Parts: sequence; C-alpha cells; structure tokens
Amino acid sequence: MLDPAQVTMTETTIDKAAHKTPVAMARRIRGLSDRAIAWWFVGPTIILLLAVNIFPLIWTIYLSFTNFKANRPNRDIKYVGLRNYERLLTDTDTWIAMQATAHFLFWTIFFQVLIGFTLAWLINKKFKGNDLWTTIIVLPMMLSPAVVGNFWKFLYQPQIGFFNYVVTWFTGAESSSFEMLGSVNLAPWSIVIVDTWMWTPFVMLICLAGLRSIPDYIYEAAVIDRASKWRQFWTITLPMVLPFLMLAILFRGIENFKMFDLVVQLTGGGPGSTTELASINLKREAFEKWRTGYSSAFAIILFVTVFGLASIYVKALNKVKER
Amino acid sequence: MKLKSFLAASTMSVVALFSSSAAQSEELTLCWAAWDPANALVELSKDFEGKSGHTMEFEFVPWPNFADRMLNELNSGGKLCDLLIGDSQWIGGGAENGHYVKLNDFFDKEKISMDDFAPATVYAYSTWPKGTPNYYALPAMGDANGWFYRKDWFAREDIRSAFKEKTGRELGEPKTQKEMLEIAQFFQGREIDGKKVYGAAIFTERGSEGITMGVTSALYPWGFKYENTPGKYDMEGAVNSAAAVEALEFYKEFYKTATPPGYTNSYMGESLDAFKSGQVAMAMNWFAFFPGLYADPNTGGDKIDFFVNPPQNVAGSTLGGQGISVVSYSDKKDAALEYIKWFADPKIQAQWWKLGGYSAHNSVLQDPGFKASQPFAGDFLVAMEGVQDFWQEPAYAELLIAMQKRVHDYVVADKGTAKEALDALIKDWTEVFEDEGKL
Repeated sequence: MLDPAQVTMTETTIDKAAHKTPVAMARRIRGLSDRAIAWWFVGPTIILLLAVNIFPLIWTIYLSFTNFKANRPNRDIKYVGLRNYERLLTDTDTWIAMQATAHFLFWTIFFQVLIGFTLAWLINKKFKGNDLWTTIIVLPMMLSPAVVGNFWKFLYQPQIGFFNYVVTWFTGAESSSFEMLGSVNLAPWSIVIVDTWMWTPFVMLICLAGLRSIPDYIYEAAVIDRASKWRQFWTITLPMVLPFLMLAILFRGIENFKMFDLVVQLTGGGPGSTTELASINLKREAFEKWRTGYSSAFAIILFVTVFGLASIYVKALNKVKER
Repeated sequence: MKLKSFLAASTMSVVALFSSSAAQSEELTLCWAAWDPANALVELSKDFEGKSGHTMEFEFVPWPNFADRMLNELNSGGKLCDLLIGDSQWIGGGAENGHYVKLNDFFDKEKISMDDFAPATVYAYSTWPKGTPNYYALPAMGDANGWFYRKDWFAREDIRSAFKEKTGRELGEPKTQKEMLEIAQFFQGREIDGKKVYGAAIFTERGSEGITMGVTSALYPWGFKYENTPGKYDMEGAVNSAAAVEALEFYKEFYKTATPPGYTNSYMGESLDAFKSGQVAMAMNWFAFFPGLYADPNTGGDKIDFFVNPPQNVAGSTLGGQGISVVSYSDKKDAALEYIKWFADPKIQAQWWKLGGYSAHNSVLQDPGFKASQPFAGDFLVAMEGVQDFWQEPAYAELLIAMQKRVHDYVVADKGTAKEALDALIKDWTEVFEDEGKL
C-alpha cells in the first residue's frame, strides 16, 4: 500500500478509492476477477428477489396442488392434483367475479382514456391559470384509496349524499329513489365512476407528456400543407401520442385487474356479489375462508392471465413504437 | 459460620423477594372488540390491577375487523393477547387448533364451578365439543340480538289512532315477527314532527357477519335448525325447510318495505346511528348496546324501550356474547389465569353488571333485584332462554362467509329465490364439511 504522503495530485478517483480500501479487504478482493466482483454486487439483489418473489411464487404453485389451510397448520397436507383448478374453473362464482372484473376494467379504462386524453389536449393549450388547473385536476390521484372510498360513500348516500342531490337537481327524480351503492344495476357503475374520478388525472399526465413531446415544426409543416385541424389530429397528434396512451392503458389495466382497496371501501363487494372483483374474491378465499390451497390456485390463474395479457400487449406496444 | 449463614439467608431472601415481585407484576394484554362493554371492562379491571399488582393493557379492535384481526393473530401463534374475549363461534377452532388453554384443571383447583353460570352461556361460550364438560373459556359477556323502539312515538295519540285505523289493533310492542313487520311498514315514510322517518334498522352488512346475524333473527323464530340430527351434518330438509324459506322471504320483505333508503350494508354502528338520529321507529341490535342507548340524552331515557326478538312459530333469538379464554401462546399464562379467577368472583360479576357488562353468573341473574335493575334486564333474561347460535365448528369462518354471500345475494341483490339461496347454502356447507372430513 502506498504511503498517503506519496499520493500525488494526479491520481484518479479509482486510485483514491483503492488507497482507502482497508488492507485486509484489499488482499481478499485482489484475487477476484471482474466477473466475481460483479456477482458480489448483484448477488444480494438476486438473493432478495429469489426470497421475496421467486420462492413465494414456487411455493404458491406447490400449495395450489394441495388442500393446505393456513389456519390449520397441524392438519396433514394432502396432494389433490388439479382438483383446486378444476373446482375453480367450474365454479360459477369464479366466473361471476371475473365478469365483474372485466366490466370494471373495460369501462374504467374506456372513460379514463377518453376523459384523460381530452383533458390533456385542453391543458396543453396555452391559457391563463393553466398550471393551477393542472394542479387541481391531479389532486384526486394524490389521495389514499381508503379516503376516496369513504368520502364517495357519503357522496352516494341516498338521503343526504351530494351525488344524489346533483342527479336530483338535473333530473327531478327524488334523491332517495335510487341507491348508487345498493342497487344491483347501479353499483358496478358507481365503482367505475369513482375509479375514473381518481385515476383519470394519471392518464391525463401521461398523455400530456406525449402531446408535449410532439415537435412544433411538424404542425407548422402541416399548416403549410394546408392540413385541417381534424387532419392534423388524426395524422400527427394521435399516432404520436399513441405509445404514451398505450402505456397508460397498460398501467391502469394491471392496476385495475388487481383492484381491491377502493371497491372494498365503497361496496365491500356488494350488493350480494355484484361488485365482488377477482381480487376481493381471492382475499375472501385466502384470508377469511382460509382455503389456502384453493386460493393459491386462484392466484396462479390470475397471475397467468395478467402476465399473458400484459406480454401480448407489450409486444403490440413495441410494434407501435417501431412504426 | 453464623455470619456466613446469615449472609446466605439474607441473599436468598433478597433474591426471593425480587423474583416474587417480578412474578407479581406482569403486564397482561386483554384483546376484545371495541364497543361499550369494553370500556366498562377497563374500569372494572382497575380492581384487578390494585389487588394483583399486575398491569392491564387492552387491545380493542372494531367489530368489522375483529374476527379477521384476532383469528390471524391466533393462527400465526401470536403473543399479542394473553387473554382473549373471543366470539362464541370461535370456540371450536380455538379448542381444536390449540389456541385456547383448556381450563378444566384450573377450574377444579380454584373451585370455579360452571354450574354457577347460566347454562345457555356455558354451553355456547365455554364448551367444545358442544355440551361436553370440556371448558376453554369462562362466560364473560352474555348477549343476544334484541330490539328497541321509540316509546315516545308509540305513545303519541295521533300515531296510535292512525295505526289502529290502519291495522285494527293497538300500537304496542309486537308479539310476533309479522306484527313487528306491520308496525315497521306503518312507520315507513311517515312524517313525524316534520321529518320523514322509516320503519326499522336491521342488519344487512356483507363483509363480516352482519346479515347472517340479522337473517338468523328471523330464521330462529320460524324454527330453523342447522341439522335434522344434531352432530350428523344432515342439512337437507332442515336448512331449506318450508319454514326456513318463509323466514328468509320475510326478512327480505322487511328489508325491502320497512328500512331506510341506502340501508344495504349496515350493521351495529349503522343501526345505532339510524336510531339516535331519529330516522327509525325500531332497530335491532345486541343487548350489549342497550345501557348506552338508555343513557343517550336525545333518544334514551323515557323515549326508548326494549323488547325481545319476537317469536313466530317458536321463541328464538340470535346469540351474541363471548367467553374469556387464556391464549395458549402467551408467556404469562399464570397471571392470565389469575385474571380469570378474579373475574369469576361473584362480587366482581355483580360489579360487572353494574358497570354495563352482561354477567352470566347466576348470583347476578337470579338476584331478586336483577329484573328491576335496568329497563332491559328482564328482556335479557327472556332472550337468553331462547338463544340459538351459528355453527361453532372449527371451519366456522368458511360456513359464515358462505351464508353471508347466499343471503346477501338473495335479500339485498335480488338474486334468485329464497329456496335457491338456501339450497346453494347447503351445497356450500356440504363442501366445507367434506373438506373437513366430517361428511
């Protein structure tokens, strides 16, 4: 090791680090190759990933073939083959939950994209108070889903709720004549409305980033070519924002496929099982009924569904980006 | 030598003194639901702290999360609770899964007799298998689902005459379930003092146990049984009997025609709110809340009265209440058992009732002054004579969730018929018992 006094002013940062490395450690790592050192750096992360992601996944797959119940650890665990999967796929309640999830997923994404893009397009215009409006619009997504669920519950209250009051004001119908959370027909829409209210700003922000990434000279060229606004929108704006929009759809799709907190706060899955989404159903099976084996099978099915759909979607997204 | 002996004796005395004082001053944690009686228990336990030298900590969880929180704690072998006042339905799981300490030897040693407690409460809160002399809890809090109503409205001449004109009978405490529905329908949408009021607040909650507790309050008076032969799990013809179908249809009619709008997911808290805010003429809730309701400055006192869940074919009330158990994972089991011994003392039981807890001790219940001690005391005794409980099997949670789903689907979400709901329930329950190896 060099004497610190011998260190010259021209030494690099790497040299300095080498000099400061304790002698014992320096001896140990002197014999290591670059590859070995690289492994030392990424090793902890890989171990952590294996411990918190891969091992639970493999364990869940194993449990899905058993009758294990987490609340009965002393009971013998029996291998049941594909019985859990068979029961799940032939259970009408599973399909009802999947239908409720599909309804929620489709309509929330539809409205969020439609409104989010429109808001982004409007906000992108230069006008007074632009920043203030942006801040106001993004406020809902800053709130906790539990808080949003609770206050929308009050808003939907048939006797004193503001939502019913507004509907009454516009339609003249008596406010207590309809129940957003209690009606089988309205409850699925009530959760769509709340999720749209909360997460449209997120889609708007992504679209805004897309809109602002379009160089002005393209529009200027279009104007010189006498392209109409309509034509500019369809041939410049939309194609160039599309990758951003698709990214927003991917994020919201994955998030809403596993939606839990907001809907539990709002309806608890009711009335009956009308808004019992797949994740709520899964939680009931796993942590209320304690059918760990069965719910593991359900979790695997959901994982494969989401992973499969997301993979196809990402491929499509890459193709759009390549165009 | 003498000095050596003296020093040794002194040292041992000091060690003994310190070790005994260490053993005497444990910090015990008692877990229960967060509700009115829990506050009374905090007050009552000060006496135990003074007498024993132990300190008491309390972990109270709101009812909707109570079962989830506590069953998770037990299933994970958690040491949070030394003492647990767990729901009656947990006794099977508590005993079979080894969560609760079996108390027979302790009772024998301390001469605590289960004959000193009301038989219905011992059966429901303490024994597993049911009715056998294997005790896993001491009856701590007797409870049943009952009713309360606006006595001041029922006494008003204009309302009484309107009721008589409509029904041909006097307005008063209902004698049957159908009479109760008639009264609730009479009040539904009526204007009283310029305010629109509704018939009754009943339980419709989906997430925990609410609607099951409400529906069983109709099923039991119709003579509902879980099995044809107790212990055989033969449910066909019992769970879906004609009487059970009629009772379930009755509950749905009650919900549709006599409850406030938006009352689709309501349990204890919502029932209390609806009554205290002057929205409803009647409400169902647990007797545990009645002391607080009677003391309410706005709707209590002479404005309120109470009645037992009315019979229809038979007398029947849904059982509430809990026993107190020592958690087997606790490191302070001896101190926890000391608490049980102290709590079983008749004097403490009398104090318990005085503070607002529902003692199940015969010395309290059979006291000549008991019925007059509170306006609902007599009703409590009557209710406890006709109580019936939900399954207390180790798989009770699965059984409960299935019933929550089926009855909520039918009553609130208008899905299928009552017969179909009960048939589906038998299917669900059969599957659970098959998984359990009991069928």
